[in-house]
Amino acid sequence: MCSLEKRGNLFILTLTGQNVEHRLNPEVLSSIISALSRAKAESTRGSALVTVSHGKFFCNGFDLDWVNATGSKQEAQQRFDYSLDCLTQLVQAFISLPMPTVAAVNGHAAAAGVVIPLCHDYVVMRRDRGVLYVNDLEMGLKIPELYMAFFRAKTSGWALRDLVLRGLKIKGEELLKMGIMDAVYDGEEGVINAGMKMADDLARRKWDGEVYAEIRKGLYSEFCGMLGIASKAIGTPKL
Amino acid sequence: MCTLEKRGNLFILTFTGEDQHRFNPNVIGSLLSLLSQVKAEATRGSALITQAQGKFFSNGFDLDWAQAAGSEQGAAERLHHMVDLFKPVIAALLSLPMPTVAAITGHAAAGGFALALSHDYLIMRKDRGVLYMSEVDIALTIPDYFNALFREKIGDATVRRDFLLRGLKMKGDEAEKRGVVEAAYGGEAEVRQASLRLAENLGKRKWHGEVYAEIRKGLYPQLSAILGLTHKAYNIARL
Repeated sequence: MCSLEKRGNLFILTLTGQNVEHRLNPEVLSSIISALSRAKAESTRGSALVTVSHGKFFCNGFDLDWVNATGSKQEAQQRFDYSLDCLTQLVQAFISLPMPTVAAVNGHAAAAGVVIPLCHDYVVMRRDRGVLYVNDLEMGLKIPELYMAFFRAKTSGWALRDLVLRGLKIKGEELLKMGIMDAVYDGEEGVINAGMKMADDLARRKWDGEVYAEIRKGLYSEFCGMLGIASKAIGTPKL
Repeated sequence: MCTLEKRGNLFILTFTGEDQHRFNPNVIGSLLSLLSQVKAEATRGSALITQAQGKFFSNGFDLDWAQAAGSEQGAAERLHHMVDLFKPVIAALLSLPMPTVAAITGHAAAGGFALALSHDYLIMRKDRGVLYMSEVDIALTIPDYFNALFREKIGDATVRRDFLLRGLKMKGDEAEKRGVVEAAYGGEAEVRQASLRLAENLGKRKWHGEVYAEIRKGLYPQLSAILGLTHKAYNIARL
């Protein structure tokens, strides 16, 4: 499923998911949500989270074997919708995490799997391996409005079009140009170390976690609005 | 005026003649009817190219026709009328169930630039022709749907300001560099060839047209809302 490790100020979330492609089903998603709850409970000023995984895949999307392992098309659609609901809950958990977050993308991220790195504040990726692939169009699936709002929060203009309307498998360097990636590194170790260093640097700013989360939610205002997530005003500056 | 040709899977819309290809109620009506035809004959694998002959892609609304009203108020009413008539053209392009390419071999100004920008991909000449929002220079305000088009299609706020508030005449190489067009080529023939190639390649993906249109609308929610385009909950999942 996943594991959470604390190393100094850093929370390290490792995705293992269902099988080697780190696929997501409600059980996996719920275990990641639990891990994030634990991180939130133990967070202090100066905490940061870095999400990593190992091997060829970062996350290849929903566990379609599980989705389709039912008697009818209707039940399969229900399982798919349920997976999507769980993913939405996970995104909310990431967005309201009271600390900076970094995703170190070591391999392919496709379909629903694209959402996970993108709900981090910073994303670093391997230069030499791995693509981001939003394949809804290829699958004949309309992207839910909520997730269009999510993608619109991350990018705009031609980059947004290339992300969702072109069926592209996009490498790290191109994602950098699109403003979707923060930096690219060579090798799995390279990108994971870079991710941890970035998280460390952010942690050293010792931001107030609650304030950080509220400001972050504002960057996803359309998405949060659609989910009815309230925001809090914190007006007591520490000058 | 404008003609429609079918070449294999490609629909080719051409502004014929060496004039400025200005939009008056007749031209707008013709455009609307041709786009309806394209939509009616669309299949998987279809793509649209919009192009023009001569020195201009289009220089926007027919201000001479507006002035021929005889009075200042009459002219303003005629212009307002054309702005209203043109809105469904942009709506038709935004909801067209196939990828669209604008082959810009000449100047595209004001409404002409807006028409080009309403396509998914813009290809332009490097050596000739500019993109230009002339409104600020001729003391005309920008219609709300033009504004939404620029706001959502052009991610870079500086570029938007340069077009709308600065009356910048942008040539092909700058447009390519600043992400306003997909690519710029060194001559008319090259632009036409590149546009055909791009349209063919997009058509070859055989995307489901209605899904394509729905995802496209999701890229531009404010524009879609202003154009009165609703989202369809449409799911042909090929899980």
